[in-house]
Amino acid sequence: MKLHENTAVVLSQLLAKKEVSAIEVTQSFLNRIGDLDPLLKAFVTLTPEFALKTAAEVDQKRINGKRLHPLAGVPIAIKDNICTEGIKTTCASRILSNYHPPFDATVVSSLKAIGMPLLGKTNMDEFAMGSSTENSAFFTSRNPWDPERVPGGSSGGSAVAVAAGMAPLALGSDTGGSVRQPASFCGLIGLRPTYGRVSRYGLIAFASSLDQIGPLALTAEDAALLLGAIAGYDRLDSTSLPEDVPDYSKELGAGIKGIRIGLIGENVDQQFDPEVNAAVKRKLTMLEQHGAVTGEVSLPLTDYGLGAYYLIAPSEASSNLGRYDGVRYGYKAESRHLEEMFSNTRGEGFGAEVKRRIMIGTYALSAGYYDAYYLKAMQVRTMIRRNYEKAFQSFDLILGAATPTPAFKIGEKSDDPLQMYLSDVCNINDALAGIPSISVPAGLHSSGLPMGMQISAPPSGEKLLLAAAHFLDGQKRGVPQRPQLEIGEGGSK
Amino acid sequence: MSEDFLKEVEHVSRLARLNLKPDEKEKVAGQLQSILGIAKKIQELDTTGVEPTSHVINLPAILREDVVRSSLPVDQVLLNAPKRNKNYFQVPRITAVE
Amino acid sequence: MDRYETVIGLEIHVELQTASKLFCGCSATFGGEPNSNCCPVCLGLPGSLPVFNRRAIELAATAALALNSEIQGKSRFDRKNYFYPDLPKAYQVSQYDQPLAKGGFLDFRIKNEIRRVNLERVHLEEEAGKLLHAGESILDAEYSLVDYNRAGIPLLEIVTRPDLRSGSEARFFLESLRLLLLYIGVSDCKMEEGSLRCDANISLRPTGSQELGIKTEVKNMNSFKAVEAALEFEAVRQEKILNSGGKVGQETCHWNEETRETIPLRGKEGSSDYRYFPEPDLLPLLLEKSLIRELAASLPELPLQRFQRLQDNYGLAESEAQIFIDNRDLGDFFESAAKTYNNYRNLANWVQGDFLFQVRERGYRLEKTLPDHLVEILVQLDNGEISRPVAKNLLAESLKTGRSPLELIATNNLGRITGRDQLLPLVEQVIAENPGAVDNFRRGKEKAVAFLVGKVMALSSGRADPGELNRLFRDIITK
Repeated sequence: MKLHENTAVVLSQLLAKKEVSAIEVTQSFLNRIGDLDPLLKAFVTLTPEFALKTAAEVDQKRINGKRLHPLAGVPIAIKDNICTEGIKTTCASRILSNYHPPFDATVVSSLKAIGMPLLGKTNMDEFAMGSSTENSAFFTSRNPWDPERVPGGSSGGSAVAVAAGMAPLALGSDTGGSVRQPASFCGLIGLRPTYGRVSRYGLIAFASSLDQIGPLALTAEDAALLLGAIAGYDRLDSTSLPEDVPDYSKELGAGIKGIRIGLIGENVDQQFDPEVNAAVKRKLTMLEQHGAVTGEVSLPLTDYGLGAYYLIAPSEASSNLGRYDGVRYGYKAESRHLEEMFSNTRGEGFGAEVKRRIMIGTYALSAGYYDAYYLKAMQVRTMIRRNYEKAFQSFDLILGAATPTPAFKIGEKSDDPLQMYLSDVCNINDALAGIPSISVPAGLHSSGLPMGMQISAPPSGEKLLLAAAHFLDGQKRGVPQRPQLEIGEGGSK
Repeated sequence: MSEDFLKEVEHVSRLARLNLKPDEKEKVAGQLQSILGIAKKIQELDTTGVEPTSHVINLPAILREDVVRSSLPVDQVLLNAPKRNKNYFQVPRITAVE
Repeated sequence: MDRYETVIGLEIHVELQTASKLFCGCSATFGGEPNSNCCPVCLGLPGSLPVFNRRAIELAATAALALNSEIQGKSRFDRKNYFYPDLPKAYQVSQYDQPLAKGGFLDFRIKNEIRRVNLERVHLEEEAGKLLHAGESILDAEYSLVDYNRAGIPLLEIVTRPDLRSGSEARFFLESLRLLLLYIGVSDCKMEEGSLRCDANISLRPTGSQELGIKTEVKNMNSFKAVEAALEFEAVRQEKILNSGGKVGQETCHWNEETRETIPLRGKEGSSDYRYFPEPDLLPLLLEKSLIRELAASLPELPLQRFQRLQDNYGLAESEAQIFIDNRDLGDFFESAAKTYNNYRNLANWVQGDFLFQVRERGYRLEKTLPDHLVEILVQLDNGEISRPVAKNLLAESLKTGRSPLELIATNNLGRITGRDQLLPLVEQVIAENPGAVDNFRRGKEKAVAFLVGKVMALSSGRADPGELNRLFRDIITK
């Protein structure tokens, strides 16, 4: 087995036993990137020197007998909307295409402190707005299971990196499904933590009340390790939860006996791919056979989530993205006077989807529409939260599809924003409610593409989510877990 | 599409300081209308008396102590400045009149 | 009776005196090299987030309490969205419909009367950066420069009801407000440095009417005098429009200090649409009742309370009390001296007269002067131990050297020279040295006596008594 084919947990063990060095591990992933990234285009920026430097430091510390975090020396890829000091952070936008943050996001500081080599910054939909990476100002990332298809988004680059073995772990961000949807499309574990569980400091805002950073990983064990590394209270983030971080890796094998799991009735009824619905049902049956108590749960407002989300997120975005005005950083258009500079800078610097959302948000917040749109959406958000609270009185976990279909083709939906928005329909309500939610592989579609299932828990229920996901990891038999990639085509397919 | 809505789109794009080219404006207006279509679905719900959720965290704000911490070095502050003039950021003339 | 009544409401912004900014640890001090007090948060760099400064909240609440405004147990922060180069995030974190405090009033003295101005609200927000225009003014500047040192300093906004009736009233109110804020120590309130700013809404209505007329907003008034002048000017401008049958346009006017006129900024951005919405990066602000009680208990005596007490306790006249109110340190000096000296009116006279003159003339620092020294001088004067001129000299000397007046009297032999026996040698010496003046007096020139008395006063370093000398000279020369 090649080094880059290992999970983070296995790499961690190999490193701890000094069977391999962090340099070797890092180099192996850098080589893999060299082979595959020209084809798959997961990375916007590569940082090999920085990665190797970190790896060398970790190796030295290990030789010196220093106590190290299990993830020390395990490389990672980071979505390009998470600030890295001195390393270009672009949000895959023209407007930030040459932006060098003078500070690290809190999660990046944590990873640096642990000694995780940073392989590079991954591609995404511009400002995390999208579900395919087709909204990247630079290029579209390719799904390693089928390079003609999208990897999902917005954290598509991160998903591609992990699925293709170019990174054992990656960070994404999830505003309305941007970790879970690409995880589903790429056959990975993708976790959206409870809102406030992971610091947002240094995560370039899309919709502040929804944004959360989350791990993308091959296994629940890996995701648990990474979550443990980034979770926790941060005094720089006022919306950070002042709660202790449990050891997510401990008791992962507790099993699912007696756990009450509810299948969302509304999801299954929708126009989902029947194979997806069947796969989810199979998993539910499997859980039942191993002692889970299952049933159907009703979340009657599921259909309204999309409407509320597409008012709240763009409204916040319209405000969050006001700062890109050509004064302090970023792209600046030539102009004769101030207002023209603002309008041209933003008109030329933002892509179509970002402009669309700014327009919706500005409209929804403007005088005369606030009550009917924004305020109403926030009220619906309350009702959706109550829906969940009620559901969690009867169930410990809620289960449904992670995406209505497997990955779609590049270009298939890029001209139809509404169809694109609908691909996040399974992921939006959890985000509105602020509850943790995980996307886990649910087997392969007849097309050979992975399908995903989503499990949600009450606030701070990550441990239970990971235990359930870990159980399912252990039940996989005879299903290919990784895409079969032919290498050596020179990156042009 | 109605003239009124196009006018509104123009107004909003001005509010957002977002220059849209003429063809772009038509397209955005159309898309905006269909997106507002799904957004309008929530109007079906009776939300009388429902508190709006602006934060999902039911906690009060945290306060930090009034302690001065070091600022960024000026060169870091101006590192990404598109137009720097000495230690200032420079912007073009504020008024449109020539 | 005037045909129109002027109606004015003010919007006052006050920079709070914290060490660090409202949402980050950057220094909140005035000045500094451009862009040297900046960090990712106050520059609005992507990914940065705000965290409240406890002190800023407490200062704002203290101000609200002093203004009788009702502090809300729960208040919320909102984003006010607009584009301007001095606004790093393109939104200002402010408070919209759930402000820190609602209502309130400020009583103040104007022309020996107490007037009350009611308040709409008191809230907290963040300050913007500063623009420097390369040219005469914003209008002809080819470009402008931005300095974000000021961005993020905590700013208190106080909004009054339209309760003011003239420019001079507005000025009195503002001066009283400033004094109050200085007393409670929340701001240094320097209009020239911009730490206290004021915009005004002004309209006219037919005298006797209760409806409000169409208002204009007057900005760019950079001193108390400017507020008065600008509003008086604007009232006249509106009156002329109304008298000629015209309608006042609802617009923003700039006060031009050079031309002394208000200039409407026509055609500049129609009605603004700030798209307020709750700031998602900040959770609601909860103020515990216990904290509010604590802050209320630690409020110092406010100007108007002191004004009353100075009259009640010391029998001071209103005008005397007012001087101590306006010069708080001087009032403190007075009260400290009054602990050991109970001829209060005399003390007040000295403090506001010679003492204040010396302090101002020589630039002494009030906090370094000792009330006991003045009391020593006054006691000696009252006991007849020293003369009035000596008392004045002593005060000057003791202020200059910091030495005790009693000690100065002893070492410099400054006691009074009284009685014929002690004065006679001096009187005879002066008569001998000034035969011309003596002749003049004998020929009936009364003024000559004063000249001779002055000579003795000079010889005695003011220790003799002029009245006694006068009698003595007449006695001796006319004999």
